[in-house]
Amino acid sequence: MKWRFLEEKIFRAVMIIATSLTALILILIIGTVVVKGFKALKLEMIFRLPQGGYYFGREGGILNSIIGSLQLAGGATILAFFFSLPIVFYLNYFSKSKSIWPTLIRFSLDVLWGVPSIVYGAFGFLLMTWFGWTASLLLGIITLALLEIPIMSRAMDEVLKLVPPDLLEASFSLGATKFETAWKVVIRQALPGILTAILIAFGRAIGDAASVLLTAGYTDNITTSLFQPVASLPLAIFFQLGTPYPEVQQRAYAAAIILTLIILLISYLSRRITRRYAKHLVF
Amino acid sequence: MTNYLWRLRKEIWASKFMGLSSSLPVFLILLMLLGLFLKAKPLFVLKPLSQIIFSSHWLPLKGHFGLWPFIMGTLWVTLLALFIAAPISLFVAIFLSEYAPSGIREIARPMIDLLAGLPSVIYGVWGVLIIVPFVGRYLAPLFGTYSSGYSVLAGGLVLAVMILPTIIHVILEIFRAIPQAVREASLSLGATKWETIKHVLLRQAAPGILAALVLGLSRALGETMAVLMVVGNVVQVPRSLFDGAYPLPALIANNYGEMMSIPLYDSALMLAAAILLVLVIIFNLIARLILLRVEKGLR
Amino acid sequence: MSLIIGRPHISLKNLNVYYGHLQVLKNITLDIPDRQITVIIGPSGCGKTTLLKTLNRLLDSVEGVRVEGRVLVDGEDIYSPGVEVTRIRKKMGLLSQRPQVLPMSIYDNVAYGPRIHGLKNKQQLDQIVERYLRIAGLWDEVKDRLSEPASRLSLGQQQRLCLARGLAVEPEIILGDEPTSALDPQSSQNVEKCLLSLKSQYTVLLVTHILRQARRIADYIVFLYLGEIVEHGPAQEVLNNPRDPRTKAYLSGEIS
Repeated sequence: MKWRFLEEKIFRAVMIIATSLTALILILIIGTVVVKGFKALKLEMIFRLPQGGYYFGREGGILNSIIGSLQLAGGATILAFFFSLPIVFYLNYFSKSKSIWPTLIRFSLDVLWGVPSIVYGAFGFLLMTWFGWTASLLLGIITLALLEIPIMSRAMDEVLKLVPPDLLEASFSLGATKFETAWKVVIRQALPGILTAILIAFGRAIGDAASVLLTAGYTDNITTSLFQPVASLPLAIFFQLGTPYPEVQQRAYAAAIILTLIILLISYLSRRITRRYAKHLVF
Repeated sequence: MTNYLWRLRKEIWASKFMGLSSSLPVFLILLMLLGLFLKAKPLFVLKPLSQIIFSSHWLPLKGHFGLWPFIMGTLWVTLLALFIAAPISLFVAIFLSEYAPSGIREIARPMIDLLAGLPSVIYGVWGVLIIVPFVGRYLAPLFGTYSSGYSVLAGGLVLAVMILPTIIHVILEIFRAIPQAVREASLSLGATKWETIKHVLLRQAAPGILAALVLGLSRALGETMAVLMVVGNVVQVPRSLFDGAYPLPALIANNYGEMMSIPLYDSALMLAAAILLVLVIIFNLIARLILLRVEKGLR
Repeated sequence: MSLIIGRPHISLKNLNVYYGHLQVLKNITLDIPDRQITVIIGPSGCGKTTLLKTLNRLLDSVEGVRVEGRVLVDGEDIYSPGVEVTRIRKKMGLLSQRPQVLPMSIYDNVAYGPRIHGLKNKQQLDQIVERYLRIAGLWDEVKDRLSEPASRLSLGQQQRLCLARGLAVEPEIILGDEPTSALDPQSSQNVEKCLLSLKSQYTVLLVTHILRQARRIADYIVFLYLGEIVEHGPAQEVLNNPRDPRTKAYLSGEIS
């Protein structure tokens, strides 16, 4: 048999091995967490706060961190959206395409995308010391929003690039200004993509531990004010895993299942949205 | 007419507002660099920056803040992860996009997206449960050494698994964007599928693959929690894969609690964050330069 | 009922092609004459491109496609098991609708095929590159910039480069899938001229929806409509005295 056909066979085999190995590992990861955590996963965990001695294996739940994570990620996503939308509108419709400025902004977004969350955390901590704040929900939201802006902007940027130019011209030719076109026509056309971008950013924020560790603190209660510390799911997992008690560690796995389920839900929703709205679009 | 003026005014304001907010990313980077270095400044009064970076002397209570072990720890773990993940993710992405039947692809895509979004703590948990014992009990004896399992190797493996889905996802998108006609052009000359991939598709996708790898590298570099849980957190410059290490992000996350109680400790940790930031910027710049090169060659 | 004179180069026998449940080609039986220009005409969506891709087995890589019947090239059934697909494809050069240059230099584009098939000698490669670029009428335009990326050429030049690239693997058959549809009139004319000069050595099979092009270069015409062959025969006969009412309608522009 000729070498070129043998080469094809060899590489094909290598690829199949690599793919099966990857699939196996990834299934193993989810499997491990599910098996370990399923026993501890009770309704009580979702609907109760940690009671006295919870971290020694007494009763209670992690309602505080579920709510806390939603508050943090929700707030951060809203805040990030208010910055990301103008950024991408500017990049796509208002900037002069010949100038270097849009390129610089896109490059900065790429860099920021790669900036580790612990660095955002450190920066949030700096803000804290500068303004004399303490670890709080607000600071956590600001830090997470900074982390989300590059993710959301880059995703929305890709979506807006796909809006057909004919559609813009149609709007301009009716006498609409750039802003009106962006606000009324583009948003409608790009809505599924924008929603998906928002969900992706939300997913990243809700799973992030390093930045909230330094800025949001932790509490056993449900946070009702922007200026109080707030609990979060990734940290709940992290702390419970750090205890020497097997029962508590098991709850960490259960919490990991809850977090995974939330991420799964988000991922499912963004797929649904993309599919559902796609039929109203102009191609 | 007033209506027209009002619309015009809205347009001008909107344009100004958008111009202003679009400068945020640029200034955020500058602000972070400036802020972190300002905070670290008191350290430079004692010793020059180069001595802090290249010294392995770490005794916070006595005011010695040599960051070299942490920098090396970061580089070891990150590069190892990329070294493992890069070929595997490339093979998986090529298989899924070029060879796999559509059924498998349909299942794989959402799976990969899900895994790319999975929080790092979960990977850490898995690392503690599986990888650490695996390294300690099986791999280390196999190589004739002792290891607790909490090691550079464990960190690299966990990180590699973590960045796999991200890299695969990006490379898949890139291959999907290559028109079918390019493949047909090569196939119709009598090339095999693999030859088409090797000579044509990989070349066409090179800039994108590079970008994907840089993204993976950045994520590996800054990944905190998962690594922190499996790498051992030992202050030393690692000499083998089975040694423990202490990467920069782990340093910051582990010690933020005490940093206000020891003088200059906070400055040292902020410097660690600044170094991470600088590393990310450098990686991105290098990638951008290579990209420009490659694109010039193709277009 | 073969209408051609001499040995057929390609013979299709009861060819049926399905995309899933959709039948794209219906019971095609056809002989394609050796070393002539055969032009397949028909409205868009009638299966012309599918027919071409069936011939060099590019359909293999499309999922859900089923091919029934026999395709004989030089008397060999190319769909029988055990046939080396790459060898079949090497026999046929393909020109696609839009010129598809490979992401490499002009030189490497032409040398790509020979290299893949095992030629390493630099001198021989140089000769091949020059020879086929000359045949494609491109040599004088590009001889000083062979190492530039092929994508810098104009579309017309790219299409002629694709022709040179296809010829460099020494095929016997040239398949053209509306190869001039993306080109300006001048470039189209250049490509047509090339094809005409090639028919002494190659069997040319061209798909087009431009009737005037068919009139200019065809020796043999096949009219395909909704996946069926309606009429085929020597060009003058079919174009001037079509027998089937559908062919008449198409030629007069009533269906397009």
